[in-house]
Amino acid sequence: MQENRVLRGNRVLRYNFHERVIHWCAGLSYVYLMLTGLAFWSPWLFWIAVVLGGGLASRMLHPLVGLIFTASVIDMYFMWKRDMRITDLDRQWTKTIGAYVRNEEEEQIPELAVRAWQKWAPVDRFNLGQKYLFWVMFWGGIALLLSGLVLWFTEYIPWSFRFLRYISVLVHPIAFLVTLGGFIIHVYMGTAVVRGGFTSVIRGEVSKTWARHHHRLWLERITGQDAARK
Amino acid sequence: MSQATLRIQKISGHAGSVPGEDTQRESQVCKLVDTTTCIGCKACEVACMEWNDLPFGETVFDNSYQTMPETRWNYWNLILFNEHVREDGSLMWLMRKNQCMHCAEPGCLEACPADGAIVQYSNGIVDFQQDHCIGCGYCITGCPFDIPKLNPKTKRVHKCTLCTDRVSEGLEPACIKSCPTGCLHFGTKEDMKYLAEHRAKQLKDHSGYVNAGVYDPPGVGGTGVIYVLHDATKPELYGGLPKNPSIPLSVKLWKQPMKWIGNILIIGGIVGTFVHYLRYGPKIVPEDSAKGDS
Repeated sequence: MQENRVLRGNRVLRYNFHERVIHWCAGLSYVYLMLTGLAFWSPWLFWIAVVLGGGLASRMLHPLVGLIFTASVIDMYFMWKRDMRITDLDRQWTKTIGAYVRNEEEEQIPELAVRAWQKWAPVDRFNLGQKYLFWVMFWGGIALLLSGLVLWFTEYIPWSFRFLRYISVLVHPIAFLVTLGGFIIHVYMGTAVVRGGFTSVIRGEVSKTWARHHHRLWLERITGQDAARK
Repeated sequence: MSQATLRIQKISGHAGSVPGEDTQRESQVCKLVDTTTCIGCKACEVACMEWNDLPFGETVFDNSYQTMPETRWNYWNLILFNEHVREDGSLMWLMRKNQCMHCAEPGCLEACPADGAIVQYSNGIVDFQQDHCIGCGYCITGCPFDIPKLNPKTKRVHKCTLCTDRVSEGLEPACIKSCPTGCLHFGTKEDMKYLAEHRAKQLKDHSGYVNAGVYDPPGVGGTGVIYVLHDATKPELYGGLPKNPSIPLSVKLWKQPMKWIGNILIIGGIVGTFVHYLRYGPKIVPEDSAKGDS
């Protein structure tokens, strides 16, 4: 866990190879699941299934890709569960979330030191929004897996256990909508808003400046500055 | 009852209006099953297998006349044998020919996501179109009668077609044709209702079946197959015929309010992020400002 994440020059390793691969296993499988799921969600979107190889193929592949997604999320859980724990720092951050959402990041009081340039509380490896996304995907993924298994093998559910089907046809789309909300915000934040975030999960590296801006406590932790400060 | 009755009235998983909807006067067809004159000969089962050219499957011996516990993808018409103990301790058979009920409001069609995999013709027949079926099995969840069955090899769902191919040519379904006791009748819904009510009255007035009645459940808008029962207050006795069948509540919630709430949330999320970007823009880290600090 305590791998060296400080690279040459002004660079630090934000995501190692394992983290990047798993992120994209989860991300790409989610995109496929979302598209085929939307095709079954509404008749107006059924054309997506036609484009992706037909309804029958989509129905056959959707649960298999779902297993890839689930396996990725489980791997992520063991990989990130320590980083994703919600702490007191997150509760402080929550108080300043308005400033974060409104991008109030300019240096309001220039005479203050560099560390005071943000209006939101300092963040460790992940901020609370990222943590929420993770837990939404984790618990949503479990709900999708369990209801999905019932829908996958629906013809084998005995008539006396049909309540499982009735529950699953509600749980599956509700869990989908919740994860989709997280997904939309995640993609938006990761590509459009937080510049540098997308390349960090492709190549793994960020500059120290970027890390200090977005994840100061994490940077201090990996560079040993936090110990020096104490 | 010509081919005109095969105009399509409802289509599963379909975006937009349905061409044949409500373009004709009353043309509903109906099958009447009088359980009180059924002798359990299974001629209807054989005729169904024969006409529809269905491959044979293994039967199951369970110490009764019951050949198999339920209908199958290749066995659409099954007589359910129920030994019933009367109040005086004597025994009687309650035999019911089980098959697709051809509901006016079909739960299978409501649940189906595949465009055109399930249609309802304007004569009321609910028919599966296997070439459009995607094998998801949602129809199995939507049906209150446990009728649609999946073919594990082709991953398509099958059930009784009410012999659309015969009906469209002006013939009665194969099961009706084969019935030796005349307990099966076929005609317009109006005529069959009349005949059924007449028979139920006869049973009440002359045969001592005071609870005799017609099974045409309103919870699914009425059905294209109606039963005359000795005791219409206890349809469950006839192999689990549901008393008040309807499309399952969760299927209704899923297909109606949840669709609209979900659509609003999805569109709201996309629009919301876009508006946020227009208003607040990106977070760009000023690379220069901290150079000396690194």
